[in-house]
Amino acid sequence: MTEELTGAEITIRCLQEEGVEYIFGYPGGAVLFIYDELFKQDKVKHILVRHEQAALHAADGYARSSHKVGVALVTSGPGVTNAVTGIATAYMDSIPLVIISGQVPTAAIGQDAFQEVDTVGITRPCVKHNFLVKDITELATTIKKAFFIASSGRPGPVLVDIPKDVTQQKAHFSYPDSIRMRSYNPVINGNTKQIKKAAELILSAKRPMFYSGGGVILDNAAGVLTELVELLDYPCTNTLMGLGGFPATDKHFVGMLGMHGTYEANMSMQYCDVLIAVGARFDDRVIGNPKHFYSEDRKIIHIDIDPSSISKRVKVDIPIVGGVSQVLKELIKLIKASKEKTDAIALKEWWKQINLWRERDCLKYDRSSRVIKPQMVIEKLYAITKGDAFITSDVGQHQMWAAQFYPFDKPRRWINSGGLGTMGFGLPSAMGVQFANPSSTVACITGEASIQMCIQELSTCKQYQLPLKIINLNNRYMGMVRQWQEFFHGNRYSESYMDALPDFVKLAESYGHVGMKIEKPSDIEGALKDALKLKKRLVFLDFITDQTENVFPMVPGGKGLSEMILV
Amino acid sequence: MRHIISLLMENEAGALSRVAGLFSARGYNIESLNVAPTEDPTLSRMTLVTIGSDEVIEQIKKQLNKLIEVVKIIDLTEGDHIERELMLVKVKAIGDGRDEIKRLTDIFRGSIIDVTDKSYTIELTGTSSKLDAFLQSIGQGIILETIRTGASGLGRGDRMLKL
Ligand SMILES: Cc1cc2nc3c(=O)[nH]c(=O)nc-3n(C[C@H](O)[C@H](O)[C@H](O)COP(=O)(O)OP(=O)(O)OC[C@H]3O[C@@H](n4cnc5c(N)ncnc54)[C@H](O)[C@@H]3O)c2cc1C
Ligand SMILES: Cc1ncc(C[n+]2csc(CCOP(=O)(O)OP(=O)(O)O)c2C)c(N)n1
Ligand SMILES: [Mg+2]
Repeated sequence: MTEELTGAEITIRCLQEEGVEYIFGYPGGAVLFIYDELFKQDKVKHILVRHEQAALHAADGYARSSHKVGVALVTSGPGVTNAVTGIATAYMDSIPLVIISGQVPTAAIGQDAFQEVDTVGITRPCVKHNFLVKDITELATTIKKAFFIASSGRPGPVLVDIPKDVTQQKAHFSYPDSIRMRSYNPVINGNTKQIKKAAELILSAKRPMFYSGGGVILDNAAGVLTELVELLDYPCTNTLMGLGGFPATDKHFVGMLGMHGTYEANMSMQYCDVLIAVGARFDDRVIGNPKHFYSEDRKIIHIDIDPSSISKRVKVDIPIVGGVSQVLKELIKLIKASKEKTDAIALKEWWKQINLWRERDCLKYDRSSRVIKPQMVIEKLYAITKGDAFITSDVGQHQMWAAQFYPFDKPRRWINSGGLGTMGFGLPSAMGVQFANPSSTVACITGEASIQMCIQELSTCKQYQLPLKIINLNNRYMGMVRQWQEFFHGNRYSESYMDALPDFVKLAESYGHVGMKIEKPSDIEGALKDALKLKKRLVFLDFITDQTENVFPMVPGGKGLSEMILV
Repeated sequence: MRHIISLLMENEAGALSRVAGLFSARGYNIESLNVAPTEDPTLSRMTLVTIGSDEVIEQIKKQLNKLIEVVKIIDLTEGDHIERELMLVKVKAIGDGRDEIKRLTDIFRGSIIDVTDKSYTIELTGTSSKLDAFLQSIGQGIILETIRTGASGLGRGDRMLKL
């Protein structure tokens, strides 16, 4: 017979069995027994954040940058409600997380007990799945299922709600090696016939285009995708979530596409005749007005592990349900073995056209400006870090400039909230990235509005000596909001000015960090170099940037991809 | 178009609210929904009637399949199937009306299962449209109460929803 353990012990033992290194959390009444068990062991290291939202973002950054499951622990009631933004953020970007939440004792459920909320109900629409464990004998298998569901198929957050009495009760513990669920069997292998049809269509293309997204990153398929694109000599674009899934400095890369994508990417997307969509979900920020997108004739191949992503917003011709990696490998085999070759003449014409679009130089900006241009800060950061840093970002203009001006050659280096667009994500997610990659440079590109949404985490950074570099592109505006108001609301800057800003240098110092304020373009490089030399310190770089700078190109809402506003 | 979708799902607390939540969150219609355990008590079978364009129905099926507790689904309306709904209807039954109601009930192969001096309660099964037709024939004026289970159904012959 196996030993008898309490629910709290079982919880921690499960995490140990899963090889969990870090758990990000915040204590409270309902999870006190679990915290007590954490205290008694040292395999699973607990990281104390300053707000539950940050626990989720940190676990999320850890997961995105490491391909492991991120784990968070929160108490019942307000612990859970604070965590919801973080859970929804991970859900929208398909990030594998396991969230353990405390619940009031079983007998008190439904009584409006102290710190009771219907956690399963509140989180249901923003998790891949959730469980309420009422029976101690089901605790271990439930946690096993949670890790399995979170990390397989289309990944996502899974929450396990544990009532306090369950953490006290005892049961025999044994952790299953593997788990099978009759109701959950994600398809990994694509249909062979469909893959064959796709290979034929790909080879027959005259104006081909690869469009790849977050699925490539999630499936660790960057290498295979790169091999296929190079083999064919076809152009490739990435979504915001797909950046790094194809090397941005490769000549086949035409930049990010979509609302703030490059001219060449959007034009190629609009005018290609065969589109190969790989782990991307035809988001509204990507294809613009669907009617306009349909106005050009093209055949679409769509590879995605989630059938519900296929033909959801755009009807496709060859759907392939399966894992990106597996399907692309099959495609490479078929294409290499095929007697048909790509249409060299048509391809040459197509590249000629794309290079003409490239000449439009859509990302140009005033490099001789006397005020700091945000784009220049990012370009210099790229040069100084040799493109090898992990970059997290918040949400706004700075996020788009980071995506445009820091070309990522490797996957899992670009960490941002794309689907939910959560301000406050940047700093806590950077903490998680730094835990997963302790010897790497981790920079958080943020804005003065976003950074204030989770600024309390500077305290966590101090406690754990996280040497993050915070690049605050301070334009004294909610720049992205101001830009929309300038373009679409007659310059009425309703509530988008950031007044009464703190002195960020002093603020950083009061948390025990280094602060720098940079006001001249000529000081950018020196400041970045100085900051990066401080290998053990968090440095908050407050760049006072041009207040009126806008993000270009821009596809306005309701417009088509080829109807960009350009500089 | 109207579709009858049957699902087998784990007989677990919360499974129903996941389905209901999915429909409201994504703005799909539910005409009716019923659910009960099957001969295997670990499974329940749900029947859902919904209306939507082909694209919407396609998404509904994919989204339902994606729910972790849903084991298997079948769109009954995609092939040969039998559809039945149960209705109980209480009507005012006085004087000459009593005979008329009895006759109509017979025509529709229903039965009167409760009688008072002022009312009849009629039990009727059939396709949903047959029940609609009955209500129409009997006329709004005399109906006191109705309750319908919503459609249930099975595929004909070899068409089955089984593990
Ligand atoms: C201010 C702001 C501006 C934005 N502007 C842009 C913009 O200009 N351009 C842009 O692209 N985005 C932009 N976005 C982001 C946008 O909202 C979406 O988040 C993003 O476009 C979605 O990327 P994706 O299609 O790669 O999908 P993801 O959300 O990354 O989804 C991944 C897809 O891959 C599938 N998948 C997962 N795992 C696998 C696997 N193993 N095998 C196969 N498939 C798998 C999933 O089922 C899913 O369909 C912006 C966001 C913000 C906040
Ligand atoms: C939590 C949250 N609230 C509101 C928004 C809407 N929003 C998007 S960008 C933005 C402004 C961001 O300002 P800042 O962080 O200064 O970045 P900038 O655009 O100036 O670079 C706002 C308010 C959001 N994305 N997230
Ligand atoms: Mg700003």
